Amino acid sequence: MSFISYLINGISLGSLYALIALGYTMVYGIAKMLNFAHGDIIMVGGFSIFIVSTTLGLPPLLGILTAVVICTALGMTIEKIAYKPLRKAASPLAVLITAIGVSYLLQNVALLIFGANTKLFTSVVKVPPVTMGEGQITISGETIATIVVSIIIMICLMLFIKKSKAGQAMLAVSEDKGAAELMGINVNATISLTFAIGSALAAIAGALLCSAYPTLTPYTGAMPGIKAFVAAVFGGIGSIPGAFIGGILLGVIENLSKAYISSQMADAIVFGVLILVLLVKPTGILGKKINEKV
Amino acid sequence: MKIKTNKIKKVSKSSFTIYGMVILAYVIMQILVATGSLSSLMEGLLVPLCIYVILAVSLNLTVGILGELSLGHAGFMCVGAFTGAFFSVATVDLIPIPILRFVIAIILGALAAAVFGIILGIPVLRLRGDYLAIVTLAFGEIIKNFVNVIYIGTDKNGFHFSMKDAVSLKLEEGGKVIINGAQGITGTPNDSTFTAGVIMILIILLIILNLVNSRAGRAIMAIRDNRIAAESIGINITKYKLMAFTISASMAGVAGVLYAHNLSTLTALPKNFGYNMSIMILVFVVLGGIGNIGGSIIAAILLTLLPELLRGLNDYRMLIYAIVLIAMMIFNSSPRAIELRERYSLKRMFAKKTKGEDA
Repeated sequence: MSFISYLINGISLGSLYALIALGYTMVYGIAKMLNFAHGDIIMVGGFSIFIVSTTLGLPPLLGILTAVVICTALGMTIEKIAYKPLRKAASPLAVLITAIGVSYLLQNVALLIFGANTKLFTSVVKVPPVTMGEGQITISGETIATIVVSIIIMICLMLFIKKSKAGQAMLAVSEDKGAAELMGINVNATISLTFAIGSALAAIAGALLCSAYPTLTPYTGAMPGIKAFVAAVFGGIGSIPGAFIGGILLGVIENLSKAYISSQMADAIVFGVLILVLLVKPTGILGKKINEKV
Repeated sequence: MKIKTNKIKKVSKSSFTIYGMVILAYVIMQILVATGSLSSLMEGLLVPLCIYVILAVSLNLTVGILGELSLGHAGFMCVGAFTGAFFSVATVDLIPIPILRFVIAIILGALAAAVFGIILGIPVLRLRGDYLAIVTLAFGEIIKNFVNVIYIGTDKNGFHFSMKDAVSLKLEEGGKVIINGAQGITGTPNDSTFTAGVIMILIILLIILNLVNSRAGRAIMAIRDNRIAAESIGINITKYKLMAFTISASMAGVAGVLYAHNLSTLTALPKNFGYNMSIMILVFVVLGGIGNIGGSIIAAILLTLLPELLRGLNDYRMLIYAIVLIAMMIFNSSPRAIELRERYSLKRMFAKKTKGEDA
């Protein structure tokens, strides 16, 4: 019985990773850059909801909407100011280092505004918990909401990319920016849209992350962000269903190693998985192999 | 022929400028210490300054010369620190001469970090860019977690190892715990001095500057500039990448040993060996100029001293680091910024050519 409850906790954590990884994989798949600041946009989303629904006492749904708007604007601004000038830079490190800088900037601005104290977050999820197996296993409302939300988002994203014109433009940009431009696609607008969607997903992930783990600090998003990236790589970066599968698997691995191996070494095991995946199958579970052009 | 000799002269000249700068700074600091005109706060900063300089220079080898972003530099430092401190605490009664013990500790720390560099490098250097950054970041976190759960003690039967707690080491009477899990290592002798730090900086500079100007160094830079072209003219990519990465790691290990012997208690916290430390070193490298060894030294000194001198700035320290990272990258790497700079410095370049020939 305890194994099943560990497994359910793992899936619960995993669906959060999956949700964050969806945002990562969108941006990485299309703009071909690792948005280190994704985790910190989640944190900004969390604080937006905290201010609207806890400090101002407005309904949580309004908080989520505000967070989505703020994060979308933030994501697009970051892209315009910090990443766009470096898109054609000679060194591939330039944009990566800038992304680290942006992540650091968001953390420290939040630290100056809100302080380092942990804020208690009131859950925005109003789903009742489900009890099974004579009361031994309880699935919290947050878990159900996270799993349902991440599945819905995954399906919507896949439909969006397959069926809509903007989605097809994204695919074209990810294949070849120059050719896409020649075909009349506005590359800048497409990448901007990608960041907007990725950041909106981060806001939703922030709401669910802070509801499941109701503490909020300027560093809330950093670690889940990095682990979600591991999940995205695990599932095959750039692949939307891959991000989902990778997220769930990673959450399960983390929780089971916490339960059966060592709670302190759980993080190390998660990162060990990353190194192993990159060694054995660098493209991840569902990733495509890309040949390098000279 | 004439051009060639000129070039060599130029290279060694710039190297000597860096050595001279370090020695000059050392002499000035020693005079200030001797005359007592340095506050105790500043005096306490001298060894950390050396440590940061070593870290910045060694990371610049990976980022600037090899062209790969490593976010696990603090992890290598951690390996070096714990190896060196473990050796010193274990042999504090056996080797009575502090200098000998310290030298062995430094060599062991560097070796241990190099071994980890090779272990990590062989699989990881096949990856590039973003993946390498994430894996090295993961490595740093793994090392930090691992160090916090190991327990090593010694008694007359030899060493005991455990990953549970200090009691399960089953030490006999008179035995002592050397690495005590999250409490780390206590009682490391205070062997790190400013002089030792400066000597290590000079040795490391000697290695790096000679490497950069050697055949191997040019091969490494060729890989950085165009991997496929380098491969097609017969450069062994894995060998040279691993070489640069391992040397860089072992130097971080040396910095770790200096760090461990500057404190009486060594613990692995997110503050000293975590992600933030790796980022801080990266900020030094970026501010000093990626690939510019002398610049790394100046940036490390500047960014360490500034927040200490301007106390009010300390709260904004991290914020400044973040802005430095973003602004420097956009200023230095954005195609448009480069174009702008070239346009406006053209006049100055002509002015410099006549005046700056002998400089």
